[in-house]
Amino acid sequence: MTLTKAELSELLFEKVGLNKREAKELVDTFFEEIRLALANGHTVKLSGFGNFQLRTKPQRPGRNPKTGQEIPISARRVVTFHASQKLKSLVEQHCRGTTPA
Amino acid sequence: MTKSELIDLLAARYGQLVTKDAELAVKTILDAMSHSLVSGERIEIRGFGSFGLNHRPPRLGRNPKTGEKVRVPEKFVPHFKAGKALRDQVDFQDQEAADKL
Repeated sequence: MTLTKAELSELLFEKVGLNKREAKELVDTFFEEIRLALANGHTVKLSGFGNFQLRTKPQRPGRNPKTGQEIPISARRVVTFHASQKLKSLVEQHCRGTTPA
Repeated sequence: MTKSELIDLLAARYGQLVTKDAELAVKTILDAMSHSLVSGERIEIRGFGSFGLNHRPPRLGRNPKTGEKVRVPEKFVPHFKAGKALRDQVDFQDQEAADKL
């Protein structure tokens, strides 16, 4: 019920005709290259699917929820994903009234 | 980085993979991911992150032009949560420097 790298490799084996080892490597590399681009500070735009963007967040005050003690949350850079208009409307059309994962 | 740049990177990295196959592989992966979400299925990629759907309950909205009340039906929207490896890589490389900010 959940899509994982194993299923994606299987699809590349079936549809692209790669052998199992190549298919597995290619799926790994696909996500690795996206991760590298983001780690190097680049936005990743996959037309029809969505964009991965980076946001820089300033330091802000936080609290240890257990002790209530105030500790600063350090400045950080985070990834955000924005689904494309196409993906959003497909999801909206098909999933209305159904229970999702 | 765009989809075509990702395709070129994959083709360059695998000598035996022609651009046409790299293109088909990327399309196959992204189509499978979109299809999963459209059918309400989650996607889990270890180290990269997971995609799922978030529910938006029905609400009363307003047409901003006319001020008229409109019913906005419930819907589902795609959501991405970065995995630990991606989060750590994307955050400032020099964590000590970030801590001092």
